[in-house]
Order: sequence, then structure tokens, then C-alpha cells
Amino acid sequence: MGFVHRRRRGAELFLLVLALAVGVGAYAAVGVGVQGEVPADLIGYGGWLAALIVAAHLVVRFVAPYADPVLLPVVAALNGLGLAVIHRLDLAAGGDSAVARAQLTWMTLGVVLFSLTLIVLRDHRVLTRFTYTCGLGALVLLLLPLVPGLGKTINGARIWIGVGPFSFQPGEIAKVLLVIAFAGYLVLHRDALALAGRRLLVVDLPRGRDLGPILAMWLISLGVLVFQRDLGSSLLFFGLFLVMLFVATERPGWLVVGGLLFTAGAAGGYYLFGHVRNRFDIWLSPFDHYQTGSGPQSDQLVESMFGMAWGGLLGRGFGEGDPWRISFANSDFIMGAIGEELGLTGVLAVLVMYGLIVERGLRIALISRDGFGKLLATGLASVFALQVFVVIGGVTRLIPLTGLTTPFLSAGGSSLVANWIIIALLLRISDLARRPVPDLSADDDDAAAEATQVVRLG
Amino acid sequence: MNKPIRTIAIFCLLLFLALMANATYLQYFSSESLNDRAENRRVFDEAYSRERGSIVVGDEPIAESVPSDDQFEYQRVYTQPFKYAPLTGYFAYQYGASQLERTQNDVLTGQDDRLFVTRLVDLLSNQDTQGGNVVTTIDPAAQNAAYEGLMSVAGNVEGAVVALEPKTGKILALASSPTYDPNRLASHDFTEVRDTWDRLQADESDPMLNRVTQTTLPPGSTFKIVTAAAAIENGLYTSAEDLVPGGPTYQLPLTSGESGLIDNEGRSCGEDKIPFAQAMEQSCNTTFARLAIEVGAEGMKEQAEAFGFNNEYLEDLRPQAVSTYPEKANEPEVGQTGIGQFNVSSTPLQMAMVAAGIANNGIVMRPYVVDEVQSADLDVVETTQPEDYSEAVSPSTANVLTELMVSTVDEGTASPAAIPGVQVAGKTGTAQSGIDEVPPYAWFVSFAPADDPEVAVAVMIQKADIPRGEIAGGAIGGPIAKAIMEAVIR
Repeated sequence: MGFVHRRRRGAELFLLVLALAVGVGAYAAVGVGVQGEVPADLIGYGGWLAALIVAAHLVVRFVAPYADPVLLPVVAALNGLGLAVIHRLDLAAGGDSAVARAQLTWMTLGVVLFSLTLIVLRDHRVLTRFTYTCGLGALVLLLLPLVPGLGKTINGARIWIGVGPFSFQPGEIAKVLLVIAFAGYLVLHRDALALAGRRLLVVDLPRGRDLGPILAMWLISLGVLVFQRDLGSSLLFFGLFLVMLFVATERPGWLVVGGLLFTAGAAGGYYLFGHVRNRFDIWLSPFDHYQTGSGPQSDQLVESMFGMAWGGLLGRGFGEGDPWRISFANSDFIMGAIGEELGLTGVLAVLVMYGLIVERGLRIALISRDGFGKLLATGLASVFALQVFVVIGGVTRLIPLTGLTTPFLSAGGSSLVANWIIIALLLRISDLARRPVPDLSADDDDAAAEATQVVRLG
Repeated sequence: MNKPIRTIAIFCLLLFLALMANATYLQYFSSESLNDRAENRRVFDEAYSRERGSIVVGDEPIAESVPSDDQFEYQRVYTQPFKYAPLTGYFAYQYGASQLERTQNDVLTGQDDRLFVTRLVDLLSNQDTQGGNVVTTIDPAAQNAAYEGLMSVAGNVEGAVVALEPKTGKILALASSPTYDPNRLASHDFTEVRDTWDRLQADESDPMLNRVTQTTLPPGSTFKIVTAAAAIENGLYTSAEDLVPGGPTYQLPLTSGESGLIDNEGRSCGEDKIPFAQAMEQSCNTTFARLAIEVGAEGMKEQAEAFGFNNEYLEDLRPQAVSTYPEKANEPEVGQTGIGQFNVSSTPLQMAMVAAGIANNGIVMRPYVVDEVQSADLDVVETTQPEDYSEAVSPSTANVLTELMVSTVDEGTASPAAIPGVQVAGKTGTAQSGIDEVPPYAWFVSFAPADDPEVAVAVMIQKADIPRGEIAGGAIGGPIAKAIMEAVIR
């Protein structure tokens, strides 16, 4: 009898109740802080949130009973907190809760797609059949915003498509498809990538022809950077591919090659593209570009830094800060708003929750029994980690600012839906990894009968 | 593949540690320096939204915060805006604050260390920090007299009036004209605020200037008190009856012709020697120019600095212009300083301190306007203690000077300030501006009652719609000073 994971569905439910307390509690706190009273629709809102969370839990309980019990509660807590903060910013912007209501709708859609993914996809290995379909799909989605009439340029980045009143970032979905495509491709070609090559000084370098994929990826990342002015996504895709190559081949040489290419790309971008240079200048000296009226503007970053400093250790409390000073606080800069009103405590709590998601994702990769599952889980976890690092690092001036959404917190449907699907995929892999292995061993008698006869000599 | 996955895990851990360390740096270690940045609106906004303490005169607030139902919770209201604007200053969202609103900001916002206990109680009882109150030394009756007096001078007057309590240095009245309405700068309608600000900034008469502390002009004949003090302190003369040099004209040493010729504009100053009292009564330029030369540049400067020239002394209202006595002057220039010309310049407050010092037996008290700091619950947290600023002259010198100034009111140019039944000491001044198109400045300093002084006053009229020939310190400043002294003595 080997080790068998417990299902831990009860633990998940208990954690989900805590997560619900975070979401509903934050919503009530926003009402008290901003309007001076508990919001009238607290029961209805809390009920809806509870229904969504319980529904997600029930789906997991029935179709993925062995799935990791921590991921869903952490995601529910983050999503609930994000809703409350967006609601707070809505109130500051003029009272109607349009963005928060849209976000709740998107969250509902996210939970539906999360459930569908788990219900339809009973075994993640099925996805290997769609390796090239996913790759092609990702490419098409990435290029969609460049189609005239369909693509929309918002804040200088052409990464949206607009259909009627809705706008959507296809890149967010492309991210998921890319991870699937990479994992499928790499699991097939890992031997060739891993074993062929020559040794240069101390590092094993891959063969020239095997460099094809990484060079292609590098070019696509650059393309995203050049044509869509989307620094964040290009950084994300390239980093993702590098990590997955490294994991698949177990050869650090890929990291060296990738690192060099990244440096070359970054340097080239700095000299060739004004917007890259602007971001870099703002990062180095944000106060020189604050409220200057011309040239690169750092108002958003500086206000975010002021807000976080003003929040200090414990925060001003919901409704007591001025997060509305940060433009687009409810999307890219939501961490600034959290830092101001919930303080360093709130920021660290959010970071720990993100860290937990990444940690659970990598743990799933470690215990997964198939190479594809390992690669897929690693890819999903690292794309998540990279995204969190790039966006929060940008907002807090650790690295130059690049536009990306903060997973589960930022207002924005495409990001929310894509991330719920990522969580569903991780849960699916973990369900298969933690499920007891079907008992294929023959019974003892057969074993005894097949045992090799011991011949005494002498 | 597990080995590289572990490597990736460690890499992710490092990424998150970097984020956490950076957030801690931003929100804890550098938060103070970020909050102190001038561009940071949050800090000022918070002060602007908070219930700010009141500035109190007598028992009434002249500046207070009342609840407001817009994005800021409180609205700053000035109940008698024009009369008290030079004292309260303004408190404007875009433009910061001035005068008491600025120097007492910590008290008014409740951040002052003296309000620590109140703040602690607020914290424990979960209340917003309430600001403390600033109680001023202003005497409402004296202030009314000062403001009304100044406003009653013919149209568009530019000038200032200040009254001190000689024994303590308390500022009893402080008025400046033209003045402005700080309510219009405290408005939450920022467009209106900007328009008002631009208009006030463009106004050539500079309404936001506190002329009591920020305008320095030649003090003219009122400076003769300082010259007389220097002469007596240096032992050249000892009583009001002593004979001092007189004469209708005096040619300054090393000069010839009109520019170096001092005359008395027709006043009676004898031929050779005249009694000290007469020289003061008639404000004889010939006498005091010679006295200054007899004392010498160094002695004159020492005496002027003993009264506060070349220094700052009022902590409560800032910024403050420094009254000057020249560091270096040759003999004819010293002669000119003796009658308050050449590079002598003084704020009205400085001349009031000269009068107050003489009234207080030679001891100049440091002037102050914040009498008490109160918590929001009206508990007195601190009362300002009067403080000696300097011993400008000996008591005997002060007595002689008082005698000279009393006879100037009784018999001489300062007679408009005479109050029946009260001994008043005073001195007029009409200072040449030195520019032909600019009319002379009218000055008046006085204190009363002379035997037990309760109030010292300085009046300065820089400009008014009065024919040039009629500008004289006694005629314009005397009645104002008289009204203030009467208001205090009652």
C-alpha cells in the first residue's frame, strides 16, 4: 500500500468560508468607510458571492475530488477583495458601481468557465492532442488586435479588441493557450533539445536547429512589443518560454541563451523605441516627470508611491485615503489603492496569497506523474508568478513599469476569466496527481507462482 | 524534471521576496520622505479635510472650521475676514497657508506635541484627531479702533497700525490696509479660489501683505526717540531741561549746498541752544541730526539694535521683514539717520517696540500674538510667558524720554493724540520717501498712560488719497493712536 492523498474537500470548504468572510467583510468595510453605513445590498451581494463560491466548490467536489484544497479559497479571497476595492474606487469616481458590477458579472462567467473546464476536461493529457491547434489559436488571438476595425488602442497599447460595447484582451486567453502549446511541444521534443548540443567552455549549448523555437518565440515577443507596444506581455511570453524550456530539458544553457537574447532585446528596445525609453526614464527618476505637462508622464506611478507611503504599515482604512488620485487605480494600479487603504499589511497579505498560488502550482508540477502535466503546471504557475512580479514590481518601482493586469484583483474581464481557467487546469492536474493509482498489481498468489525459483547449489 | 522545477520554485520565491522587501521599503522606510514631498497632495488634503482648530480673539473665533457636505468634510470660515486677515492669514487648498494659519499649523491640525494627550485620547476613543485652538492676545476693542481708524483715513489707504502691551509684549491690535477676504481663498470652489488668488497677486497695492511686520519704510521723525535715547544713554544729556544744539538750519559735515542742508520746515527751534523738550516738541531736525553725529555711528547702531533693529523677534507671524539701521555710515549719513532718513528703515511693529520699551522702563518685551494653546475641549495646554527681549535703555533714560514724549503731546506736534485726563507720550513722523512722485510717509508712535503705561501704538500711513502737503504724522496718525489708547484704557 503506497501513500494516498486525502481528498481534503472539507478543508477546502472551511477555507472557502474564510475567503467569503474576506470578500463580504471587505465589501461591508467599504460601505462603512466610504458611505458611513453597511451597504443595503450586502445580503444580496454576499449571497451571490457565496453562491458562486459554493457552486465552484461543488463542481470540484464532484468532478475533481482529489484536487488541491488551497487554490480555490485563495482565489476566492483575492477575487472578493478585488471586487471590494473596485467598488470603493467606483464610489470615489462618482457613485455608480458600474465597474464593480461588470467585474462581478465577469467573475460569474469566470466561475462558469472554471466549472466547464473541470467538467469537460476529465484528463489534462487530452490537451496534448491540441498542441498545434492551441499554438495557432494563440497566434491568431495575439494578432487579432492588429486587425483594422477590430483592434482598439487604449492608453497607447494596441492589445484590445472591441465587439460592440465590450472590449477584450485576447492576449490573456492566448497566454493560457501558449502554455498548453509549449507544454505539448516540449514534452515531444525534449529529448532532442536536451541531449543534442555541444559544450562551450562550461555550459552545454543546444544545437543550432533546436534553437528554432526559442528564436521564434523571441521574435514573437519582439513583435508584440513593437506592434502592440505591450511591454508586459512580451516580457511575460518570453520568460514563460524560457522557464518551460529549462524545465523540459533540464539544461541551464537555455537560460544563458535566453538571458542573452533578453538583454539584447531590452537594449535594442531601449534604443529603438521611444516608449520603452520613456518607461525606463520614468523608472529611474519618477519625480522629474511628475506633473510636467509634456514628455513622459509619471503621475500614475508617483501617485501610487505617494499612496502606498501614505498608507504606511496599517493603511488609512477603506474610504480614508485618496486612491482616486492614481489614474486607472482599479486596473493596473490596484495594488497602489490596496497599499494606501490597507497598508503594508494588506500588500503583504496579497503577496502571500499570490505566493501561495504559485507554490501550490509548482507543488502540483512536482507531484504530477506525467511529463505533460508537470510542464503544464510549471508553465501556468510561472506565468502567474512572472505576471505578479512584473505588474506589482512595476507599480512599486522595483522594475520599470509595464502594463499588465494584477491577477484576480484588477478590473478587467479577459484577465479574470483567463485566470479562473488557469486555476481550473491546475486543479485538474492536481486531481490526477493526487488520485490513488489504480491497483494494477497482481494478487499475491500469482506473484508467488511467478517468483524465480531459488536453486540451491551445493 | 523535478530538479529544474525546484530551481524555478526558488527563483519564484526570490521574486516574491523582492516584491515584499520593496513594498516594505516603500511603505515603511521611505514613507516619511515621500509624505514630506511638496508635490504630495495627500498630506495637505488630509489637513484640509480635518476639523481644524479655531483662532480666537476675546471669546470669539475669528477663524473656525464648520462642517461641509462636499468632498472635504470641513469648511474654513473667517467671521471678520477683512479686519483680521493680516493676523489669521489664509488657508487655501492650492496655495498653502500664511500668518497664524501657517505658523500655528501644528496646533490647528492637532499634530503639535503639546496636544499629544488629546491625540492619544482621540485614538483610544476612535475619534478623528481634532485640532487645538489658538487664543490670541488681541484686544477686540483695540483691534476695532485700529481697523476703523485705519479705514477712516481718506480712500485707498495703504498703511498699518499695531498696538502692544508694554509690560508683556502682547500684541493688542494689528491692522493693515488694504486687506482681503481669506474666505474667498478658503472656498472649495477652486476656480473661484484661483481667480481670487490671481487677482490679489496682480493687485499693485498688495492686499495680502501684512504691513505691520512685512513693510519697512524710513521711520522719519519717530526715530528721533531712538536718537534721543542714544544721546542720553551715552551721557551727553541727562534731563529734558538740558540744552541741546538748535538753530533753523544745519549743514551736515563734509557737505555743501542743498543736499546736505538740514532745516526745520519752519518750526521753532531757536538759534543756538534750546531745551531738549523743545527740540522734541518741535521735532527739530537740526537738533537730532547733530545729536546723532555727537553719538556716532557705532553708538547709534548699538542703540537701534537694542530696540530690535537688524533682528527678528516675532515667532508667531512669518515671514517678517527686518528693520534696519545701516551697518556702516559716514558722518553726514549718521546725521541723516538721526532723523530717521538715509538707510534707516522700520516696520510699524519695530517702532511700536521702541515706544513700548520706553514705556516699560527701558525693557523691551518680545512681542507675541499667541496667548494660549487650547485643546479641542478648550483645556488650556500652554500659556505663553512674557519674555524680556532686551534692556534697551536704563530706567532713568526711559523716564527722561517719557518726559520728552509727554511734552511733545502736551505742547508739540503730537497734540492730536492727547486724551483728556490721561498723560499721553507720543512722537510724530513724516518721512521723506526720497522719490519725488512718492508722497512722504506719515508715522505716529505713542503710549499711555505715561505714568503706568498700558498700551503702546505705532501707526504708519504709506500712501493715501490725501494732498501731499497735508500729509503729517500727527494729523493722520494721531487720532488713530488716540482711539486705540482710549479703547485699551477705557
